[in-house]
Amino acid sequence: SSSSGDEALRDKRARILSRGLPKQKPIEGVKQVVVVASGKGGVGKSTTAVNIALALAANDSTKEVGLLDADIYGPSIPKMMNLKGNPELTPKNLMRPLKNYGIACMSMGFLIEETAPVVWRGLMVMSAVEKLLRQVDWGQLDYLVIDMPPGTGDVQLSVSQNIPIAGAVIVSTPQDVALLDARKGAEMFRKVHVPVLGLVQNMSVFQCPKCKHETHIFGADGVRDLARALGLDILGDIPLHVNIRETCDSGQPVVISQPQSDA
Amino acid sequence: AERANLAGVRHILLVLSGKGGVGKSTISTELALALRSAGKRVGILDVDLCGPSIPRMLRVQDSAVHQCDSGWVPVFVGQDKAIALMSIGFLLERPDDAVVWRGPKKNALIKQFVTDVAWGDLDFLIVDTPPGTSDEHISTVEALRPFQLLGAVLVTTPQ
Repeated sequence: SSSSGDEALRDKRARILSRGLPKQKPIEGVKQVVVVASGKGGVGKSTTAVNIALALAANDSTKEVGLLDADIYGPSIPKMMNLKGNPELTPKNLMRPLKNYGIACMSMGFLIEETAPVVWRGLMVMSAVEKLLRQVDWGQLDYLVIDMPPGTGDVQLSVSQNIPIAGAVIVSTPQDVALLDARKGAEMFRKVHVPVLGLVQNMSVFQCPKCKHETHIFGADGVRDLARALGLDILGDIPLHVNIRETCDSGQPVVISQPQSDA
Repeated sequence: AERANLAGVRHILLVLSGKGGVGKSTISTELALALRSAGKRVGILDVDLCGPSIPRMLRVQDSAVHQCDSGWVPVFVGQDKAIALMSIGFLLERPDDAVVWRGPKKNALIKQFVTDVAWGDLDFLIVDTPPGTSDEHISTVEALRPFQLLGAVLVTTPQ
C-alpha cells in the first residue's frame, strides 16, 4: 500500500510538472518538419538548411517547401535566399512568408534592421519563436525546414516542445571541438524525443584550385567516426569549396546556381 | 569583510563575435597563453555553457574542480600550470553530457562563475562567450559590471 502511495505521488508530481510545459501541436497545413541543427556554431547549418530546402523542391516539383530561420540572434537566411523586406499581414493577421526560388521563407531578419542586434533573454526569445512558427501563413507545405541557431538552449527547447518534428539533421565539421558539440546536439534531441535522421559532414576536404592537392583542414572522417559511435547515418559529405560560400553570400545558393558541381 | 573573488583581477576582457564558429575559443586560449608568456598572471572564464571548448583545447577535459573557503578552485593549466580556468565542462558528470538549459538556469550559473570562483590575483581574466547575443552575454556583462571590465575583443571571419 505504501508503494502504490509512492506511485500515486510520483504520478501527481509528473502531472503538475507537465502542466507548465507547452503542449505540442502541429502547424496547420505543414506535413513534415525537418530541423537542421548542430550544437556548434559556424559549421554550415544555414548553408545546409537552405540547400536542403532547395534540393527538396528541385527533386520533386510537386512538393511545397518552406524554410524557417529560427536563429533569432544571427539570422542568415535572408542574405542566403536574397530576400529583404517586412512581411505583409494577411486579413487574419498572419505574416506572409517571403518567397524566392519557390521556397516560402520566414526569418527574424525580416522583422529587424540588418545591423540591429537582438539582445534578448530566453523568455522573449521563446515568444518570438512561437510567433515565427504559428503566426505565419505557411499555407500547405509538404516540408518545413527549420534552421536552428547554435547551442542547446531556449530556441531548441521551444521548437521541439511546441511542434512535432519528423527528424533532425545534425551538421558538423570533422574538427574535434565541433564534434564535441555535435554529440551534445544529438544528445539534446534524444532528451526531447526528436528522431535524429543523421549527420552531415561539412567542410570535409579542401581541394587547391591550382594543383588539385587535397587538404583535410578540419581533420578527416571525424563525423564518420561519431556517426558510427552514435549509430547514425551519414547523410552527406560536403567539401570546403569557395563556390559554396560565394554563392551563399550573394544570395544564389549553390544548389540553384551550380546544380552540376561536385559541391 | 569578505573580499569579492574578482577584486584581485586587474583587467577583464570579453571575447565576443555574434557568429558561431569563427574562432572565439581558439583566440581566447591563444591570447591567454600569449599573455602568460609575457609574464602576466592570467585566468580564463568559459561561459559557453552549451559548447564549452576550452577544457578540451588545453587538454584538461577530465579534470574536476574542488571547493575551498572562498568558493570553487579553478583548474590550473598551461605549461607551468599557472593559468586559471573555469568552465562548465568541469562540472559535468561526463564530458559528453549535453547542457540543455533555459535562460534563468544559465544566468544563475554564470553569476556563480563570476562571484564564487577563487580567482586570486590576476592581471587578466579572459572571458570566452558563446555565439549570439543572449542570456549568457547579458548575464555576464551584468555580473561583471562592478569590476574592472576592460572591454571586448570581436572575432570574425571575412565571410
